[in-house]
Amino acid sequence: MNLTLKVWRQKNPSDKGGFKTYTISGISSDMSFLEMLDVLNEDLSDKGEDPIHFDHDCREGICGMCSLYINGQPHGPQQTTTCQLHMRSFSDGDTITIEPWRASAFPILKDLVVDRSSFDRIIQAGGYISVNTGGVPDANEIPIPKVISDESFDAATCIGCGACVAACKNASAMLFVSAKISQLALLPQGKVEKRERAEKMVAQMDAEGFGACTNTGACAAECPKEIKLSNIARMNREYFSASLSTENV
Amino acid sequence: MKLDSKIPSGPLAEKWTRHKFNVKLVNPANKRKYEIIVVGTGLAGASAAASLAELGYNVKAFCFQDSPRRAHSIAAQGGINAAKNYQNDGDSVFRLFYDTIKGGDYRSREGNVYRLAEVSVNIIDQCVAQGVPFAREYGGLLANRSFGGAQVSRTFYARGQTGQQLLLGAYSALSRQVANGKVKLYPRTEMMDVVVVDGKARGIITRNLVTGAVESHSAHAVLLCTGGYGNVFFLSTNAMGSNVTAAWRAHKKGAFFSNPCYTQIHPTCIPVSGDHQSKLTLMSESLRNDGRVWVPKTKAIAEKLRKREIAPKGIKEEDRDYYLETKYPSFGNLVPRDVASRNAKYVCDEGRGVNETGEAVFLDFRDAILRDGEDAVRGKYGNLFDMYEKITGENPYKTPMMIYPAVHYTMGGLWVDYNLMTTVPGLYALGEANFSDHGANRLGASALMQGLADGYFVAPYTVGDYLAGLPYDKIPEDHPEFRKAEETVKSRIQQLLGIKGSKTVDHFHKKLGKIMWNHCGMARNAAGLTKAKEMIRTLKEEFWSDVKVLGTGEELNLSLEKAHRVADFLELGELMIDDALHRNESCGGHFRDEYQTPEGEALRDDENFAYVAAWEYLGEGKEEALHKEELVFENVKLTQRSYK
Repeated sequence: MNLTLKVWRQKNPSDKGGFKTYTISGISSDMSFLEMLDVLNEDLSDKGEDPIHFDHDCREGICGMCSLYINGQPHGPQQTTTCQLHMRSFSDGDTITIEPWRASAFPILKDLVVDRSSFDRIIQAGGYISVNTGGVPDANEIPIPKVISDESFDAATCIGCGACVAACKNASAMLFVSAKISQLALLPQGKVEKRERAEKMVAQMDAEGFGACTNTGACAAECPKEIKLSNIARMNREYFSASLSTENV
Repeated sequence: MKLDSKIPSGPLAEKWTRHKFNVKLVNPANKRKYEIIVVGTGLAGASAAASLAELGYNVKAFCFQDSPRRAHSIAAQGGINAAKNYQNDGDSVFRLFYDTIKGGDYRSREGNVYRLAEVSVNIIDQCVAQGVPFAREYGGLLANRSFGGAQVSRTFYARGQTGQQLLLGAYSALSRQVANGKVKLYPRTEMMDVVVVDGKARGIITRNLVTGAVESHSAHAVLLCTGGYGNVFFLSTNAMGSNVTAAWRAHKKGAFFSNPCYTQIHPTCIPVSGDHQSKLTLMSESLRNDGRVWVPKTKAIAEKLRKREIAPKGIKEEDRDYYLETKYPSFGNLVPRDVASRNAKYVCDEGRGVNETGEAVFLDFRDAILRDGEDAVRGKYGNLFDMYEKITGENPYKTPMMIYPAVHYTMGGLWVDYNLMTTVPGLYALGEANFSDHGANRLGASALMQGLADGYFVAPYTVGDYLAGLPYDKIPEDHPEFRKAEETVKSRIQQLLGIKGSKTVDHFHKKLGKIMWNHCGMARNAAGLTKAKEMIRTLKEEFWSDVKVLGTGEELNLSLEKAHRVADFLELGELMIDDALHRNESCGGHFRDEYQTPEGEALRDDENFAYVAAWEYLGEGKEEALHKEELVFENVKLTQRSYK
């Protein structure tokens, strides 16, 4: 198939950037979206033009490194990661617009590459259970009901790609933050610190400049891992009960 | 140089306990005076960095990805082994040890493997305490499954994304230490060289991938947790960025490289669909628990399939060849990876492959769906089936999956002793980056186990033992050795940018991959290897005279990053061939056409090759020197591996 691509090009964080249009031909429907960009980049390199920079690594939909805002949707038209999006989702003659994630907490580094270290700092603020290596009880010491464990698992599958932020008109990170808070708050091991954790992670989220949540649900609709909106409700509950209690018990 | 594996004396089951007692300790108040560099933040790196920081050391952790959570351990699907014997089915530390030694075709060290089996039980406890949501039974206890080549159910799993959950657990422990100020993170930073001062590893040179800045980092010890080198084949299940650069630069600074020819070709990957392919996707081999592998009995039927004149469903039972079940009645579809891969190659070589390229076999769930129902199959493998459908556009509930082997894991790596120290004092290699535990073939669900064993439970003891004998003073980062190493890195960057040739980096990488796959892949022979060596030499010359690297060194520059990595792969490729050519036997993932049993199984030569090959770099353009570490087996009897 033949395609027209409108791609955001930006040399560095301080460059203003803008769209550039490319045409590309001979694309097979079996290619992944990133393989299509590989083909374009080989073309550009052959012509001596700087290839388009984009983040990607595992190319199997799990590392969360790939991003891309494709035709107004994070990760494009399918509810999956960009690396798992295949060209069979497009038709011959289509024009495809490709932009980076847009959020002030995700500054653009170059072209389609953004800096998502704000997510790491949120996890550092409390996205863990405070145990050291060694000296932990036997794994079967604490039985956990399967339904609880499964629900925790559903939240734990977040890949930290940032599509939720890109999808949100306020660039809110609530879905990402709530997924981690939920995963740990549901488990007996994580309950001990659940209130302190919610307070600290929310504080860091605000400090990073992510927007507020207005419950439109765009995040969950675009999440490639189908993280549920109900996590946000759980996070709010943990956060409010933390702020109402005088001590973390 | 005589290689000393430093395996402690005494009975197998007591070696590690004795060793832990004998290692020197660093006083808690003094630990903060030591700085440790950890390169790579996968299972081995993240767990080591977190555990060392918890002990009180100052840690610097480096990764080339934008976040430590992206390391490729995250993509491991199937599970992690542990000798918990929760299922009461006869598992034990000794059985896990025995299975791993046998699975590795008797080319690994007894002492290391026993320790791995021993600490496996602690790993599960640790991960559960961190909040890793392993699969559970309705009674609330942990679930297990049997996995690739094991006859007991000892594999713990988290749906089809066990690696993700384990890595996020280690990442959370790491993040906690970042918050505590004990770990400093350097994402989007690539290690370019090791700095050796007075014979000891004392730091690294890095390149900041965003700004291009070349920087020095001084430390008391350096841990390389940088994964495997499967991307030397261009197409593999590794992440696009996975590379050998850190290990290779260490090799050129004196660390011996062991068994580079031991590569694992994984039997259950999605077949190649065309020339545009950038990577291959693994389908967890847990699928082989319920899926049945088959091809048509005759070439004629296979041809009709390839031309799409008939559908797989239309092939009658008597025309199907369930070749693994027939050939290996006791293990059936669960034979180890190398055996399953090689047999897929055989049937496809016979012209019985089932897709357009002729390089695919079926993995069929029809019978499992009939037996257990579609919901049960979905419960076990739902996300894998979805992934398959997204990639291929076919629904595996309705039509059998197609699979073909692909490069997945590299058992070879930097030579390390029992303490995981390389031949350069103070330089360690953990996880897939070392060679130590899997011999010539790794069993399923053992990579996660080894990465975490090394990081959580081995390195924290053994690194302390080394540091206890070292003064607190740090080498200043303007020391002549750091300056010299920085200059070497900078001049190589300029050299690559200055070639201004006509072919892209990927062009060379793809060519190298083809040479390696055709001549040093699932089956090798002396003639092919000799030819491949010449081809790689020519390709290397072409690379250094005709590669085109655009842009500058002072910016985010993906083609420059790739150029560095491919330049190192070209050198590694040649060593892999030397290693494969010198090992005149077949074992595990190394299958030489000349050495096979009448039934076509790998034929080992224990008399002449029961050793670890450790290669020493002697300088540009020189053949590497081979050192041998004889393998001593006191607790197992070497037998011909049989899965009949």
